[in-house]
Amino acid sequence: MPRSFERPFLIAGLILLIAFPYIAEAAGNAYFTSTVARILIFAIAAISLDLILGYGGMVSFGHAAYLGVGAYVVAILSFHLYDGSALFGLPGTEYAPVVWPLGVAVSAVAALLLGALCLRTSGIYFIMITLAFAQMLFFLFVSLQRYGGDDGLFMFAGRSEMPFIDLENDTVFYYVCLAFLVGFFLLCRAIVASRFGRVLQGIRQNERRMAALGYPVYRYKLAAFVIAGAGAGLAGVLLANHTKFVSPDMLHWTKSGDILIMVILGGIGTLTGPILGSAAFLLLEEYLPVIFGDLSMDLLKDHWRVVFGPMLILIVLFARRGLYGVLFRKENGDG
Amino acid sequence: MLLFVEQCLNGLQLGIFLFLVAAGLTLIFGIMGVINLAHGSLFMIGAYVAATVTNLTGSFLVGLLAALPAAALAGVIIEFVVIRRLYDRDHLDQVLATFGLILFINEAVTMVWGRTPLFLDVPDALKGTIEIIPGIPYPIYRIAIIAAGILVAVLMWLVITRTRIGMLIRAGSTNREMVAALGVDISLLYTLLFAAGAVFAGFAGAMAGPLVSVQVGMGEQILILTFVVIVIGGIGSIRGALVGSILVGVVDTLGRAFLPDILKLFMAPADADGIGGGLSSMLVYLLMAVVLIVRPTGLFPAAAGAR
Repeated sequence: MPRSFERPFLIAGLILLIAFPYIAEAAGNAYFTSTVARILIFAIAAISLDLILGYGGMVSFGHAAYLGVGAYVVAILSFHLYDGSALFGLPGTEYAPVVWPLGVAVSAVAALLLGALCLRTSGIYFIMITLAFAQMLFFLFVSLQRYGGDDGLFMFAGRSEMPFIDLENDTVFYYVCLAFLVGFFLLCRAIVASRFGRVLQGIRQNERRMAALGYPVYRYKLAAFVIAGAGAGLAGVLLANHTKFVSPDMLHWTKSGDILIMVILGGIGTLTGPILGSAAFLLLEEYLPVIFGDLSMDLLKDHWRVVFGPMLILIVLFARRGLYGVLFRKENGDG
Repeated sequence: MLLFVEQCLNGLQLGIFLFLVAAGLTLIFGIMGVINLAHGSLFMIGAYVAATVTNLTGSFLVGLLAALPAAALAGVIIEFVVIRRLYDRDHLDQVLATFGLILFINEAVTMVWGRTPLFLDVPDALKGTIEIIPGIPYPIYRIAIIAAGILVAVLMWLVITRTRIGMLIRAGSTNREMVAALGVDISLLYTLLFAAGAVFAGFAGAMAGPLVSVQVGMGEQILILTFVVIVIGGIGSIRGALVGSILVGVVDTLGRAFLPDILKLFMAPADADGIGGGLSSMLVYLLMAVVLIVRPTGLFPAAAGAR
């Protein structure tokens, strides 16, 4: 497909996603709706990562940390509500209009603090440092014994409460996730097209040139890093509500790797790509074992990663442009 | 005081492990410009092979001697099949491809050895304690690790500063295109260096076997600490890796041992244990943050290659 088909493709995709819960129900498998909700949530995280990775050229290997922070804000406040105890003298809450922005804000602050440090470096250092700081947050949550430590924290009070909307209903929650994904996608598209986005892409192409032109490069990169952190925080908030469970595992460095893979698999430097990547990754993760099971390859069914790892290497080596590149071939003179 | 010295030695010993892994990683990056996430897997392979062979033959020495070629072989295969294709790629590709390697190796190890951790006894000859500092008994095995680590570090230093290969390595880390242009078989040098790095990591893994449980994921734990070491020490610098390793090893060990007790001086014991536990596991990362603020390129930045 030529690139001009991207918009119709997206609209068709959106219509399909809107109709999906009914299709799933008609097919007699409402469970699919939950799987797709998970895909939508991770798509938000992947888009937010691609904003700094694909457009800003910052290879952050610690993106799951901000997702985990957002998720933990929701779960900890829910824990205090259920427990009846106070947190910093305030009662816990599960009122979504309070908790959700708070989760996003805390993630943004975490991204601001760590990003301010990480962005003092670049290249290979940046990769290692983002990874290391994410691991630091991982250990922080492991050590919070009160909130379950290693074992994680169940949200016994259930999902957050939204006025007029019953989030406990899986179909309703699915639409909330979809709405947030569409909103975040449009926001990022506006950011990428804005002056800020142009400067960011200029920095990716040649940081020195942008600095020489007088742009405060560091501040631009940090601002993008914080926006990405907030986006991941939003995904975390939704993910905690989706599974009603959080654990340090959400911040584990392999999860950061997973989000990175989603971006690459879908197509780096595009906003549609990460959505495709999230879908492809999570579906592979879920159905690769099933497929091997059907082929009665029992050894591979339990150890599907032994196939997935080399697949990833091959994709990196030979299919750089990802699914987006497969779907929308670049036209001549298209950069 | 007794406990303090003992913990310092424990920290030194952790530092030795970190150094053995970090030295290979930092050299590989300094010269080849490749970041290899799967370096920790070589540590794990060393540990698994040592544990298996030791349990089969009953001799730790045989296990150790088997682990070294096994790790080297694994390293050469990894270099030949994957890493070789990554030299000209950007860091993102390297990170992702070697992440794929980790997934593969971890799963393959699970297929061969299962999910239950292996345990390895300290060899009989090195059991018991010794008082190298009068009044402070310390396990012989840990002393042996420290001694072996220092020996390897000295050997490495001799090879790098006194031999022709070492000269090429140093030249390569300064300007690899020039070295290649001067007619050195750079791809052979790369493979050799990769094998050497693998041997060091495998050696560390084999030695760590009796102290920790040998399990999948042990490689990544040490890998991430190694990143902290390299960031602190400066990429491509052996000296930086040595100083960074000891620093991280000692700070981490002392923090875990004493931080909760120190906090107990001015807060409730239950809180002190909780906060102290969390803080001590974050301590090395905070150390890294401080180094970054003061010297963004690490304590001993290498002349080139780090950019």
